[in-house]
Amino acid sequence: MYAYDELDRTLINERVSEFRDQVKRRLSGELTEDEFKMLRLQNGVYLQLHAYMFRVAIPYGTLSSKQLRRLAHVARRYDRGYGHFTTRQNIQFNWIKLAELPDALADLADVGIHAMQTSGNNTRNVTSDQWAGVAPGEIEDPRIWSELLRQYTTLHPEFSFLPRKFKFAITASAHDRAAIKVHDIGLRLHRNAAGETGFEVLVGGGLGRTPFIGKTIKPFVHGHDLLSYVESILRVYNQYGRRDNIYKARIKILVHELGIEKFAQEVEEEWLQMRDSALAIDDSVIEDLRSRFSYPAYEKLPHMPEELKKAAHDPHFEAWRKNSVFPHKVPGYAIVTLSLKPVGGPPGDATADQMDAIADLADKYSFGEIRVGHEQNLALPHVARRDLPVLWKALDKIGVATPNVNLVSDIIACPGLDYCSLANARSIPIAQELTRRFANHETANLIGRLHINISGCINACGHHHVGHIGILGVEKNGEEFYQITIGGRADEKAEVGTLIGPAVPYGEVADVVEDIVEAYLALRARPDELFIDTVKRLGVEPFRERVYATR
Amino acid sequence: MPLVKHGKVATDTFVHLADDAEIPGDGAILISAVRFLEDAEGRSGRVGRTGVIWPNNRDVDDLVPYLDRLAVIALVFPTFRDGRAYSQARLLRERHGFKGELRATGQVLRDQFVFMLRAGFDAFEVKKDSDAEAFATTVKHYSVFYQPTGDGRVTALHRRMQLRHSESAGQ
Repeated sequence: MYAYDELDRTLINERVSEFRDQVKRRLSGELTEDEFKMLRLQNGVYLQLHAYMFRVAIPYGTLSSKQLRRLAHVARRYDRGYGHFTTRQNIQFNWIKLAELPDALADLADVGIHAMQTSGNNTRNVTSDQWAGVAPGEIEDPRIWSELLRQYTTLHPEFSFLPRKFKFAITASAHDRAAIKVHDIGLRLHRNAAGETGFEVLVGGGLGRTPFIGKTIKPFVHGHDLLSYVESILRVYNQYGRRDNIYKARIKILVHELGIEKFAQEVEEEWLQMRDSALAIDDSVIEDLRSRFSYPAYEKLPHMPEELKKAAHDPHFEAWRKNSVFPHKVPGYAIVTLSLKPVGGPPGDATADQMDAIADLADKYSFGEIRVGHEQNLALPHVARRDLPVLWKALDKIGVATPNVNLVSDIIACPGLDYCSLANARSIPIAQELTRRFANHETANLIGRLHINISGCINACGHHHVGHIGILGVEKNGEEFYQITIGGRADEKAEVGTLIGPAVPYGEVADVVEDIVEAYLALRARPDELFIDTVKRLGVEPFRERVYATR
Repeated sequence: MPLVKHGKVATDTFVHLADDAEIPGDGAILISAVRFLEDAEGRSGRVGRTGVIWPNNRDVDDLVPYLDRLAVIALVFPTFRDGRAYSQARLLRERHGFKGELRATGQVLRDQFVFMLRAGFDAFEVKKDSDAEAFATTVKHYSVFYQPTGDGRVTALHRRMQLRHSESAGQ
């Protein structure tokens, strides 16, 4: 956990009081809606279909139990008793009243949580691997660098009015759980031949209506140079990114139009003039940041304790353990994923009561720490393996132990037309229906790893382009239709999915997905060939045939 | 439109000159970039003080040869949402060492004052009177800054390191 110091606390309190004044000026009419809009966006406040939506940052996906309890409090006190975890390590509340927002922000600021720059055309919440600091084989904890970037990007005087939003993601593991290739800047921590820590820097990834996989702009940027290099990218983008067309304003378009070589050259020229500026970071700064992250005092514990051996006789426990429990870098401990994808539920939602209960369980079994992943699930990152059986019972009781992590019903979905003013179609009911179709755990297990991502419009908040199966809601003559893509993925082998054919109406989506899954089961070379690998091997055609033969 | 300088509303001593107006030999004037570049040597060599209004889509490098002879550079925010002039301001101040007045013009609103100050602006053609009057209090709102810019404000990182050194010195 990163502990705020007096300076961090002061800054977010100053931000809250500034926003309180801005809201006051809006309510009195001193600020027009046009003037206020960007100010509220920069504090995480959208105007949605029914009410204001409030998006709160969970930087690099790390929460303390105290913070989670405070999110529960906000859900209860200012909203309707629940929150929605997003694909970018944020939580959204859907029913907030404008006049109460400053109070909600103040309550959050008390525990070191803010909503700065969770929307608007600025640098957004810096996201990272939800297993940062605990994943076996990690280069080092990427959250140190994430926090450095969080501070650097917060209220940046030059880059708070960029052409468009700008997102960072960082990973330090070979397996990318942070989807860095679909971010404006993706950072992969690695070591060079001299053993120095640095970053492969990717630029220009993104989804939306024109999806691009990020391209490597520089294979190794030394940690000392991270901020100056990032500033060079942002400066080139701020000056030359398109502002004439909102759909062409992301950095991916600039990179695409200039070409990565030319763009890289512009950045390099800029960088050479400032790499030795005040932005150069020396080791003592990193050490100071590192010292404000606290780590649990792990015990020496057995890998296979008695409790676990005993529980192995319970098939329900075993099904959950095999699905939701992952290796930890420390022997005797495990990472536990909490599924926020119950059968029939909206993906990523948690009630205030669930949040409180999870916070209590984190205190008891995970050194008070909770993580949020981009798949819209939570994790307890430091669970002693001996505690798994008792933890499972407690998680099951509150409905977050569905053993479907990474399986077909572990669906990513945006809020869609049920909430969002941009949406063309509903996402949540499609996800809910799919979880019902694939509710049988045996079947889901047989299918194996399969990521379904659903977006209710072309803005792609549900990351449909990079779903193994992607579902995109569109509107045709006033009706909801859905385009289906397959073969997308968001990890280190990131790829944009391919459309399998004409859009299908709302009522047929679940049938089509079932057809695709059945085709896969018939086509796969071996039971352990994953869906995504079968699509890679065979292409889209056999799936297209299967789906459209009878339609 | 009130002008704020040195933290308070001030009289604008510069005359905004239309592109078709004759350029006087003396007196402080503010002219467009086009007008300036027609005869940059002549304009910057006037007896009177010269300022130029520089658009936000034009490279500031073109101004570099004349910086020590320019009294004012006015950068433009066509809307407050267009942030290009922040980069121009920092480049002029921090890279090219411009010492004259750097003026923010266009949709200049209260809620951007701190960003503008930090980027190097020191004069503001403020859109609303109420914002101009609130300048002094508004810019005191923040006391913590995460990024190093040329404005000299000490960053949080730097303050922490100082604190560390004083702590270890005291041990």
